[in-house]
Amino acid sequence: MKSNPNPKANRHMLILTYGIVLLFVGLAAYYGYFLFTKSDTVINNSYNARLDSFADRVVRGEIRSSDGRVIAQTNVDGEGNESRNYPFDSLFAHVVGYSSNGKTGIEALSNFYLLTSHVNMLEQVFNELSSVKNKGDNVVTTLDLDIQKAAYDALGKRNGAVVVMEPDTGKILAMVSKPDYNPNTLLADWNHLVAEENTSGQLLNRATQGLYPPGSTFKVVTALEHMRENPSNYGDYTFDCNGTYKNGDYTIKCYHGTAHGHQDFRQAFANSCNGAFSNLGLSLNLNGLKNTADQLLFNSDLPLSIAYSKSSYTMAEGADTWQILQTSIGQGQTQITPIHNAMMTAAIANGGTLMKPYLIDRVENVGGDVVKKFMPQSYGNLMTAEESADLSEYMRAVVTEGTGSALRTDAYTVAGKTGSAEFDKAKETHAWFIGFAPVEHPKVVISVIVEEGGSGGQTAAPIARTLFDLYFSK
Amino acid sequence: MINLTIDVSRYFMILLIALYTYLNFRIFSVKDEIKKNRICRRQNFAMFLIHLFAYVIIWFETKDERMLVFYLAQVLFFLVYLFLYRLFYRNVSRLLVNNMCMLLSVSFIMLTRLSFDKAMKQFIIVVVAAVVTLVIPFVIDRVWQLSKIPWVYGLGGILLLGIVCIAGTSSFGAQLSLGVGDFSIQPSEFVKISYVFFIATMFYRSTDFKTVITVTAVAAVHVLTLVISKDLGSALIFFVAYVFMLFVATGKWLYLLAGVGGGSLASLLAFQIFDHVKTRVLAWQNPWTDIAGKGYQITQSLFAIGTGGWFGMGLYRGMPKKIPVVEKDFIFSAISEELGAVFALCILFICLGCFLQFMMIASRMQAVFYKLIAFGLGTIYIFQVFLTVGGVTKFIPSTGVTLPLVSYGGSSILSTFIIFGIIQGLYILKRNEEEEYEE
Repeated sequence: MKSNPNPKANRHMLILTYGIVLLFVGLAAYYGYFLFTKSDTVINNSYNARLDSFADRVVRGEIRSSDGRVIAQTNVDGEGNESRNYPFDSLFAHVVGYSSNGKTGIEALSNFYLLTSHVNMLEQVFNELSSVKNKGDNVVTTLDLDIQKAAYDALGKRNGAVVVMEPDTGKILAMVSKPDYNPNTLLADWNHLVAEENTSGQLLNRATQGLYPPGSTFKVVTALEHMRENPSNYGDYTFDCNGTYKNGDYTIKCYHGTAHGHQDFRQAFANSCNGAFSNLGLSLNLNGLKNTADQLLFNSDLPLSIAYSKSSYTMAEGADTWQILQTSIGQGQTQITPIHNAMMTAAIANGGTLMKPYLIDRVENVGGDVVKKFMPQSYGNLMTAEESADLSEYMRAVVTEGTGSALRTDAYTVAGKTGSAEFDKAKETHAWFIGFAPVEHPKVVISVIVEEGGSGGQTAAPIARTLFDLYFSK
Repeated sequence: MINLTIDVSRYFMILLIALYTYLNFRIFSVKDEIKKNRICRRQNFAMFLIHLFAYVIIWFETKDERMLVFYLAQVLFFLVYLFLYRLFYRNVSRLLVNNMCMLLSVSFIMLTRLSFDKAMKQFIIVVVAAVVTLVIPFVIDRVWQLSKIPWVYGLGGILLLGIVCIAGTSSFGAQLSLGVGDFSIQPSEFVKISYVFFIATMFYRSTDFKTVITVTAVAAVHVLTLVISKDLGSALIFFVAYVFMLFVATGKWLYLLAGVGGGSLASLLAFQIFDHVKTRVLAWQNPWTDIAGKGYQITQSLFAIGTGGWFGMGLYRGMPKKIPVVEKDFIFSAISEELGAVFALCILFICLGCFLQFMMIASRMQAVFYKLIAFGLGTIYIFQVFLTVGGVTKFIPSTGVTLPLVSYGGSSILSTFIIFGIIQGLYILKRNEEEEYEE
C-alpha cells in the first residue's frame, strides 16, 4: 500500500465529523424548539384534520369568562350524544364563535386545548376501563361577563361594535358585534344566515372584521404626523373656522356646519374642527403621513389570533387636493376596524407600546389545575413615549373642553376622540368613540362604533361612559 | 382496554428505544469486549421488545391473522440475520448489525401500519438484500482488484445516471427511476457507491493537481446530471461527499473552502435559474400561505409532528396518511406523529451513531483507499439522513430523499445494505489484521 498523502487525514476527518455532529445537534434543537414553542399554534390550524379525531376520545372542554362563568359547554346525554351549549345565547356570539359548521372565534382559537385532556392518570385509567370519554381542558378567557353584558345592552338594537381592552396587558375584556346570531340555534338558522339575499352580515365579527371610515378618530394620526414634522412649534398652528372651509372648488364642512371660530391646534383637535385638519393636511409630507399610518399598523398584519381584516390607508405622494382634504379628516379611502382603533388607542395609553391583544388567559384541566397560562406580550412601540404623552394630553382636552363632553366626570379622568364618519351622503354618519381612562395611569381602553349612529359625541361616547362607569365602580 | 394497552405500551416503547440509543453511545467508551457484548445483547433485547409491543398493538387494532404470521417471519429473520453474521464473521461489528436491525424493525412497524402490502414487499426486499449482501465482507477482504478499476466506477456511474436522465420515469417532477418489467430501480442509489469508489481509487493513486482536476470533472458530471434530472437531494449529497473526500485526501483547506464557496454560489444560481428549486425554497420559507397547494406536504408533516408531540398519538391514532409519500420521504414524520418525537429523535441519534461508527472505522484504516471509502460512504449516509429529517421538520428545504433502512423502497434498502456491508467488511478486515498482529 502507498503511503498516505495526507498525514493529517484522521484529524481532518475528526473536524468534519464534529461539524456534522454539530449539524445534528442543531437539527435536534430545532426539533425541540418547534415542539416546545411553535407546535401549539401550528397544529391549531383549520387545515389540520387531526384535531377533529381528538373529539373521538375527549369531550370538548368549556369556555369560561374571566370570573369562571361558563359561556360555552358540551352537554352529553344518556346515550352519549354531545351538544354544544351557550348559556348566554348571543351575548358572546362573535368573540366566542361557534364550533359547528366550521369554527370561529375562541372556539377556533382554543380548539386544540378544548380537545386535549389533562385529567389525572388515575381518572384516565378509570375512564378508559369504563369506556367514558375524558373531559377536555377548560379555557378561561379574559372576557369580563359584566362589561360584555353592559356593552351588549348599551349597543342595543343598533348595528356596530364595542371593544374593551387593558392597555398595559392587552387583555380583551369585552368584544361585541351587532347584528348577531344565536349560537344555540346556529344549525337551524344557518341557511338564513348565509342566504344571498341576507345582507345584514350577522356572522361577521364587526369588531375585528368590520372596515369603517375612521372619520375624525383619524385626526390622531394626522396630529401625530404634524407633531413629527414640526417638533418645536406644532402647537403654534392656528385656524379660523367659519363652519365651511373652502379650497378652490372644494369645501369641507365641520359637523353640522358648526363655526368653531379662532382655533389653536389643541382646540382644533378637541373640537374636531374639520377645516383646521383639512388645511393642516395640505401642509404635511404625504409620504411621511403614509409612513406614520403604516407604523400605526395600517396596511399590515395585526398581532391578533382571531379572524380580522387589515385596515387600509392608501394615500401617497401625488394625491390631489381633494383627496388630501378628505384623508386628513379620516374620510376618503381610509378604512379601519374597531379593534385596530382600540389598539392604536391602547398604544397611546401605554406610553407608545402596544401590548398584543389576547383573549385566552389560561387553560385548566377539569379539576381546575392550570395547564397553560398566557402572559402579556409586547408587540413593540408604535410611537415614542413623548408622542404618546402629547397625544394623551390632546385627547384629554377632547373630553374636558371638546366633543367628548359625555365623558366629563369627577369620578375618573378620560382621554378620547370622537368621530362621525360619513360613508353615504344620503345616510347618517357612523358614530365613533375611542378613549382610555384614567389619564394618569390608564387601566382600560374602549373603542365604540355605532353604524349610522350620527354624532360620535352624542351616540358613541355615552356608550363608552356607561362602560367606564361600570369598570370604575367594580 | 385497547386504548390503555396502546398508551402503556407506547411509553414502554419510548423507554426502550431511549435505552437502546443510550447503549449505542455508551459502547464508545467501553473497551472491554465482554462488556461490549453484554451491551449488544441488551440492545437486541430492547429491539425485540419494541417490536413485540408494536405488533401487539397492530394485532389489537387490525385483528388480522396475517399480522401474526408476518410478525413471526420478521422475528425469525432478525434472529437468523444476527446469528448468521456472527457465525460467518467472528469479528463483526455487532453494533452496526444491531442498528440495522433496529432501524429495519421500525421500518416494518410503520409500513405495516401504513400499508400491509408495502410492508410485505419491503420485507421480501430486505430478506433478499440481507442474503445477497452477507458475502460483501468476504469479498472486501479478498478481492484487492477493487482498487484497480476506477474508470469502471466513474464511467459506469455517469452512464447509469445519464440513462435515467434521458429515459427515466418521473415522479414528483424528478427523473429518478428506471422501469424494468414490473420493477423500477433508482440507479442513483447505487451510483452513490460507485461514485465513492471512483473518487477513492483515483485519490489512492495520486492526489496531484492533474488527478484532482480529472476527478473534479467526473464528479461535476455526476452532480450536473442529477441536477438536470431534478434529483436535487442526490445532487447535493454527491456534491458534499466529493468536497469532503477531496479535503480528507489532500488535506488542503483551500479545496474545502473553494468547494463550500462554489457550492453556495451554485445553490444561488440554481435558485435563480430553476423554477422547481425556487418553488421548494419558497414553500420552505413560508408554507402557511399556501397550505392547500405548494405548502401542503410540509404543513401536513408539521401538523403530524406537532400533533403527535413528544410522546406520540400511539399507533393508528394519528393520520400519517395525510402526508403525501409518507412511506418514503416523510416516514420520519409518521414515526414522530404516532410513536412520539422522543422516539423519532432516538432514531435520528441511532443514525448518527452508525455514522460515528463509520468514522471510527475510517480513522483506523491505514490504507488511503479503504479510509476514503469508509469516510465517503459515511458522509453520503449521514447527509441523506440529515436532508430527509431536516426536510420534513422544515429545518431546511425539502429535497425528497429517503431515510436509509426505514423508508419504503427497494433500491434504497439494497444500496444501504451494500454500504453497511462494505463498512462491515472493512471493520472485519481491520480486526482480522489486528488479531494476526497480536499473534
